[in-house]
Amino acid sequence: MGGYGDVQMLNEDGTRMDGRRPDELRKIEIEVGVVPVADGSARVQWGTNLAIAAVYGPMEAHPRKISRQDRCVLDVRYNMAPFSVTDRIRPGFNRRSREIGKVTANALESVVQLELYPRSKIRVEIEIMCAEAGTRCVGLTAASVALADAGIPMTDMVVSVASGKVNGVVILDLNKEEDNYGDADLPMGILPNSGELVFLQMDGDLSPEDFQEAWDYNMGAAKEIHEIMVAALAARYGGDD
Amino acid sequence: MGQSGDVGRLVVPGDSLGEIGERRAGHGVLRRNGELIVTRLGHLQEKAGELSVHPVHTTYTPRPGDLIVGYVEGMRSNIWFIDIGGPFNAILPMSLAAGKVDFGATREYMNVGSAVLCRVQEVDENHGAVVTMKGMGLRKLNSGFVDRVPPHLLSRVVGVEGIMLKSIKEASDCRMVVGQNGRIWIEGDASGTRLARSALSVIREAGHLPDIESRVRGILEA
Repeated sequence: MGGYGDVQMLNEDGTRMDGRRPDELRKIEIEVGVVPVADGSARVQWGTNLAIAAVYGPMEAHPRKISRQDRCVLDVRYNMAPFSVTDRIRPGFNRRSREIGKVTANALESVVQLELYPRSKIRVEIEIMCAEAGTRCVGLTAASVALADAGIPMTDMVVSVASGKVNGVVILDLNKEEDNYGDADLPMGILPNSGELVFLQMDGDLSPEDFQEAWDYNMGAAKEIHEIMVAALAARYGGDD
Repeated sequence: MGQSGDVGRLVVPGDSLGEIGERRAGHGVLRRNGELIVTRLGHLQEKAGELSVHPVHTTYTPRPGDLIVGYVEGMRSNIWFIDIGGPFNAILPMSLAAGKVDFGATREYMNVGSAVLCRVQEVDENHGAVVTMKGMGLRKLNSGFVDRVPPHLLSRVVGVEGIMLKSIKEASDCRMVVGQNGRIWIEGDASGTRLARSALSVIREAGHLPDIESRVRGILEA
């Protein structure tokens, strides 16, 4: 939300600068099993975004102080590669990556059956190789597929997608320019089978009507993305759908 | 997707299998709000009214009586810590070693990295396991090679009534012991070991496919 509300981001025919309709997603490709040494992994190409997620465990929780007697802990690490954006990012943790790691862990804890693995830890590594906009959504979606690939018991898979508002129009799946110069951004984590919400953030302002429209866009897109996730798992494990 | 008629097809976490009705929830299936929900990625199975998922990926969970191949990860004066391929290390007390071991001499008997063929004696409610070397054939593995296959694919290695394992042993002229934790001990000459390992490699890569048996036979007969 750069605050440049007067930048014209929509064409006269209502399409966006990259030619998409307001309710259209960027192209999404998912591949499963890309990190052979990990227990489960996934690569998600979402427009220009590229994320790789790898899952290790369940394993003994270290350091011991993080372990819980009655459940497993999710150790989520989100990191952007230094070369993932045009301005080089200083390697290592920063305030933003810690925050995204934490909200991703919170979202995934809603679905993973943590009580089945007391005292242990599941390590989830999310590496953003190329960033355009909406990397927390891409990372969360990749982590969800990687957890399924690792055989971790879950009650559902989390799908994450964002909607926002540009020039007074609600749009789905913001690209970099729309994210930087738009009016609002609403990333959500959705359980596609039950329609439950496990993650929501909002940047900027939305009226109740715009919020409802963005909500509906995200809910509709979640089903679309879920189908791509299932197809990717089926492609890896020989499913017939 | 996901009615119970779809036995054998791939299911993903969150898939609904319809109303519970007369059916029971087995491994990888959960009862929720009157419905059966899939919790693991795998292929759907139905046996005597129980729906379960044959997972595509598993972590070894020790059970008493399992024959396993472990590695020594550490030791104290009277105890070894054994990596059994599960979430937690097991313990092997000095008193359960194969022969007599003096207090403080655990390192002389088995050092870090030693492979050991042992059996799970007990598992507590926190998944902590005790293993034993008291029993026929249980020993420190001084020779041979240890390969890995995911635990859920062990049935593919062994085959119906052990036929597949017998074929691999005969074709490679190797001695083999299949540990329930997915570690397989192979001993034989270099070419035999290579052949057995290539057969295990095929099972590791394509064990979930229905034609795995003919693929392995192709390797063994090549």
